[in-house]
Amino acid sequence: MKILVCVKRVPAPGARISIATDGQAVDTAFLGFTMSPHEECAVEEAVQLVEQHGGESTVLTLGPSEADEQLRYAASLGVANAVLLPISGPDWDPQRTATAIAAAVIDIEAVDGPFDLILFGNESADSGGFQVGIRVAHALGRPVVNGIKGIDVQGDTLRARREADVGVEVYEVPMPAVLGVKEGINLPRYPTLKGRLASKKVAVAQVSPSGDPGGQQMVTLLAAAEQVSATVILGNGPDAAGAVVDMLEEIGVLK
Amino acid sequence: MILVVVEHDRGTMSPATWEALAAANKLGETHALTIGKAADGLVEQIGVFGATTVHQVHDDLLIDYGPEAWGAVVAQAATLLSPSIVMATGTDRGNEVMAHAAAILDAPMVANVVEFADDSLVRVRWGGSLLERCTLDARIRLLTIAHHAFPAVESPATAAASPMGVELEPNLGRTMIRERVERAAGVTLATAPVVVSGGRGVGSADGFAPLQELATALGGVVGCSRAVTNNGWRNHTDQVGQTGTRIAPDIYIACGISGAIQHWVGAMASKKILAINIDPEANMVTKADYAVIGDLHQVVPAITAEVQRRRRGGS
Ligand SMILES: Cc1cc2nc3c(=O)[nH]c(=O)nc-3n(C[C@H](O)[C@H](O)[C@H](O)COP(=O)(O)OP(=O)(O)OC[C@H]3O[C@@H](n4cnc5c(N)ncnc54)[C@H](O)[C@@H]3O)c2cc1C
Ligand SMILES: Nc1ncnc2c1ncn2[C@@H]1O[C@H](COP(=O)(O)O)[C@@H](O)[C@H]1O
Repeated sequence: MKILVCVKRVPAPGARISIATDGQAVDTAFLGFTMSPHEECAVEEAVQLVEQHGGESTVLTLGPSEADEQLRYAASLGVANAVLLPISGPDWDPQRTATAIAAAVIDIEAVDGPFDLILFGNESADSGGFQVGIRVAHALGRPVVNGIKGIDVQGDTLRARREADVGVEVYEVPMPAVLGVKEGINLPRYPTLKGRLASKKVAVAQVSPSGDPGGQQMVTLLAAAEQVSATVILGNGPDAAGAVVDMLEEIGVLK
Repeated sequence: MILVVVEHDRGTMSPATWEALAAANKLGETHALTIGKAADGLVEQIGVFGATTVHQVHDDLLIDYGPEAWGAVVAQAATLLSPSIVMATGTDRGNEVMAHAAAILDAPMVANVVEFADDSLVRVRWGGSLLERCTLDARIRLLTIAHHAFPAVESPATAAASPMGVELEPNLGRTMIRERVERAAGVTLATAPVVVSGGRGVGSADGFAPLQELATALGGVVGCSRAVTNNGWRNHTDQVGQTGTRIAPDIYIACGISGAIQHWVGAMASKKILAINIDPEANMVTKADYAVIGDLHQVVPAITAEVQRRRRGGS
C-alpha cells in the first residue's frame, strides 16, 4: 500500500495559551511545537498498515521551513518519505491549504504513482476547521470519511469504523480513498534512537505550494472567557476526606 | 432566509440541531432541510424552534447517513434555495456534511461559530481554549455553530413540509454507513454525573483501582488524561480533553492531573471540580472549585472509606 499522511505543525501550549501582541498568532516565545494527537495517530496508522501490508508511506506538511521538525518526527517512527510545502508568514486558510495539498498530491502521483490511502487528522489542533482533508478528497475525486477510529484492509476496500453516540458505525470505502482519523485509533509508538538517527538522513522533498486565498479570513485571535474561581482548599492529605465528603453531600452528589 | 441542516440519526433529531434552529431563528426567517425519508416525521418538532418550511429530500442513497450523499444534498439545496446562510451543527456529522458541501460549491466554510456580529463571526480554535474573529466572504455563507454556544430557545411556529428533488450520482453510496454496532445502554463518560479521573500522577494501570472504587461508590465512571492513554494505562475512550471526550458531570474529581489547557477544555463544563494534587500550584488546583493537597494514593482511598462509613450510617 502507498499511503500519504498530512500533518500540521502547531505550538504545544501548556497551562494557558497567550496571544501575541498583534493578535495574529499564539505567542510561541516559550513554546515547543508538535502536531495534533489525531495526526500522530494518522502517522502511526500509516506505519502499521505498511508493516502489515507492505508498501511505503510519505508524510506531507504545508508550513514554515521549521515544520521540517514534524516531518522528521514522522520519519523517526518509520515513514519513508517527506514532503514540505514551504510557506512564510501567517497560516494559509483551509481552502488555500487544501488546494495546495491537492496540487502537490497530483504532482507526486504523476511521478510515483497513486496513493491508495491519504490520511488526515480529524481536525487540526489549532485552527480546527474540520475540512482540509475533505476538500482534498473532493479535488482528487476520492471518497472520504472523517472521524475514523479503526481501519481494516480487505482487498481493494477499507472497512473503517467510527464512534457515534449510539454505537459504532462501519463504512466500506473503495480505494484510492481518504480518511480523517481520530486519536484512539491506535497507540502511537515512541521514536527509537535508531529511528531518530535514520530520520536525520531522510531527504525532504520541497514542492512550492500554489493556491488562491479562500473566503475565510482571520481578523484577530481572542482569549476565551476564563472561569475565575477562588479554589477552596479542603485540606491536606487523607485527613481531608471528611471535608471532601461534606462537600459531596452539600452539592447533592452523595445522597 | 437561513437554511438549517437538520442532524438526525434515522429520524431522531440531535439536541445540537435545536440549538442551530434557535440560533438561526434569532438571525432571520428560518427554513430547515431534512435528509432522508426517516426524517419526515420531524416537521412538528422543527416548528417548535421557529422554522416555517421544512424542505424534505428523499432518495435511496439517503436511507442512512453518508457524508458524501448528505454533502451533495446540502450543496444542491444551497444552490436551489439561495439562502443567505446555510447552518449546521458543530458536531462530527454537522462539520463533516458542511465541509463536503463547501468542497462541492468551492466555497469557504466556517466551523464552530459562537457569535454573530454584523461584519464578522467569532469561532472556536484549539477546541475552545482560544477564539478567532474572522470574516466570511461568500454569497451563501456556510457555517456550523459550536455545540452549547447557543440556547435551544423555543418559539413555536407551524412549519410546512415541502418536498425537494435532488440528483445524486449512484457512486455517492460508497460512503453510506454499512453496518452498525449498537452500544449497550448505560452511563458513559460524556453523560456520567460523576467522573473520577487520573493523570500521570496515578503512576500505573493498577493505580487506577482505587479511582474505580471511588467512582463506583459515587455512581460515576473513571476518566483520564492523555499522559495516561499515551502510557497505555487506560483506553483512549476514557480520555477527557480536546482530542478526547467533553464531559459535564455534577462533579469532576481530577487526581494527579496538572490541568494542561487541552485537558481543561474537556472538563471545564463540569459543574464543580475537585483537584487532588501534591502540587498546590498545579493549574488544575488553581482553577478548581475545591482542592485537596496531597498524595492521591492516600487521599482517594480515604474518601472512598469515608463515603462507605457514612453510607453505613456513621456521621
Ligand atoms: C493538540 C493537543 C491536544 C491534546 N489533547 C489532550 C486531551 O484531550 N486530554 C488530555 O488530557 N491531554 C491532552 N493533551 C496533552 C496535554 O497537553 C498534557 O500533556 C496532558 O494533559 C498531561 O497529562 P497529566 O496532567 O496527566 O500529566 P502531567 O502534566 O505530567 O501532570 C501530572 C500531575 O500529577 C501530579 N502528581 C504527581 N504525583 C502525584 C501524586 N502521587 N498525587 C497527586 N498528584 C500527583 C503532579 O503534581 C502533576 O500536576 C493534548 C496536547 C495537545 C498538544
Ligand atoms: N498546513 C497543513 N499541512 C498539512 N496538512 C494539514 C495542514 N492543515 C491541515 N492539515 C490536515 O488537515 C486536517 C484537518 O485540518 P483542519 O481542516 O484545519 O481542521 C489536519 O488534521 C491535517 O491532517
